[in-house]
Amino acid sequence: MDWSSVLVDGLLATIGPITAAYAISAIGLNLQFGYAGLLNFGHVAFMLVGAYGMGIAVNFGAPLWVGIIIGIIAAAALGLLLGIPTLRLRADYLAITTIAAAEALRLIVRSSWAEPFTNGVFGIQGFADSFFALNPFPAADLYGFGSFVVTGRKLWVMIVGWTVVALITLLIHRLIHSPWGRVLKAIREDEDATTSLGKNVFAYKLQALMIGGGIAGIAGILLALEQQNVTPDAYLPKITFILYVIVILGGAGTILGPVVGAVAFQFMFFTIDALMVNAQASIPWVGDLLTPAAAGQVKLVFVGIGMMLLMIFRPQGILGNREEVLIDER
Amino acid sequence: MNADHPMSGAVPEPGSAKPDPVIVADGLRRSFGGLTAVDVDHLEIQRHTITSLIGPNGAGKTTLFNLFTGFDAADEGEWHLNGGSLAGVSAYRVARKGMVRTFQLTKSLARLTVMDNMLVATKDHPGENLWGAITGGWKKTEADNRERAAELLARFGLDHMTDEFAGGLSGGQRKLLEMARALMMEPEVVMLDEPMAGVNPALTQSLLSHITGLRDGGKTVVFVEHDMDVVQEISDWVVVMAQGKIIAEGLPGDIARNRAVIDAYLGQHHGEAAS
Repeated sequence: MDWSSVLVDGLLATIGPITAAYAISAIGLNLQFGYAGLLNFGHVAFMLVGAYGMGIAVNFGAPLWVGIIIGIIAAAALGLLLGIPTLRLRADYLAITTIAAAEALRLIVRSSWAEPFTNGVFGIQGFADSFFALNPFPAADLYGFGSFVVTGRKLWVMIVGWTVVALITLLIHRLIHSPWGRVLKAIREDEDATTSLGKNVFAYKLQALMIGGGIAGIAGILLALEQQNVTPDAYLPKITFILYVIVILGGAGTILGPVVGAVAFQFMFFTIDALMVNAQASIPWVGDLLTPAAAGQVKLVFVGIGMMLLMIFRPQGILGNREEVLIDER
Repeated sequence: MNADHPMSGAVPEPGSAKPDPVIVADGLRRSFGGLTAVDVDHLEIQRHTITSLIGPNGAGKTTLFNLFTGFDAADEGEWHLNGGSLAGVSAYRVARKGMVRTFQLTKSLARLTVMDNMLVATKDHPGENLWGAITGGWKKTEADNRERAAELLARFGLDHMTDEFAGGLSGGQRKLLEMARALMMEPEVVMLDEPMAGVNPALTQSLLSHITGLRDGGKTVVFVEHDMDVVQEISDWVVVMAQGKIIAEGLPGDIARNRAVIDAYLGQHHGEAAS
């Protein structure tokens, strides 16, 4: 076993652009779930709409920055579309609608009917050139020290990704510490009481769904730029649930929770991954026991065990306030 | 009845006219399936008084409350606050117009501090819309509200709990917080749905003095109550409901002797069975 390479591989993947994209998307989900109490079980759909909005727009000749704005607006508009019929109803209707809409959207973009726009299962490529043209680092150069290095291409996406994480975190900090954010938390606690205090609960919930959706759209766009590819099967329902794990792990209803959660989750995930790859290569009986397909499943088992331990010993997540979580709903 | 009693001039009968009504309802009906929960032909509530709404379980008191405050939609009928129609007005707008309610099961915002509970209850706070929240410029309003909230919390004896989570308060303290929070809205009419439910006797007296304090501070109070002793003690006027209808109105002392009220509470044949 080469422990240092396990750790380096795990860390390199953890600080990568995919973690930044997950952090951004989780910030959006945290606004909806952690602050407004909305059960959005189709969060991945907002990422899909953001990525496809950008990809399709660029393919039809729009410059990349216009495509990015279109993608964000389209993701926020999905929030409007899903929110208007459901947010006046009980909380579970939003959950049902979003989970169904997410799968429906994925099946639509991969259908042959939508191929002229989405290129079906093959997805959209060739939209990211102008993004990488801005890269000041020579793409093939290596940056870092020792074995802890990334390519110039990856460094560029990382810098952009984590800058966006920081900017969105600042925006959310400002919103949550404003009276607007206080109303959002009040709605999470009790909609009727908040209504009785003169607040248009529906409008606030719709705003939270749309802003959270738009932020997820940004995450989808970042992920698409990193992979230079928008394919339907990158937007499986399990992404939504990984994002829930991230939000709860970091601490739902905290400003930095989603970011810390994304880093912690990715570190756990990729370190276990690197550990198993290393063990397969260096320990004969592990290699015989674990086929690569089985290794993928075992990884998720460890993630599940990690979540269970967290819920038992630290239900408020890494950053949450224990006192706040343990208040009983009398 | 002496001449300066606030209810002087009101006839003690169902649907009687009041000298200066703040709420007027006409032909208000609400049914759930085959059950008519509320069927009120006419009701007026006198300004600056404590009017209590009593009646046996299932009389439609809370439903009437919900209709007045926009939390339920009436099948038909009209009702006005200061002459302005409230029919079809949504609940949050009713609250902004000056009629604020509390709930039978106290609704504190558990994971907000006591102070934040108070601060949510404002009208026209520039920081409560998205644009204002991002651009700022709401700190002045916030400071003013905070000051007003601190005064109210002191008045209700909750100032030592200001920074605690509301979920950590006792049942009685939550009732007080809910009442204080309603006052933050600077309402004209305060609708209290069973403010005494589940409160220990020692606190009942304190709650009662706060309710009379509301009236003396110029508010109109309407409250639902079961306990006749409580009603006798603080009401200026009593409205009795049974099976959705208003069956009697009058001064608290007279209501207890009203034949229709005794029948509604005890059943129509109680006298005959005993004889």
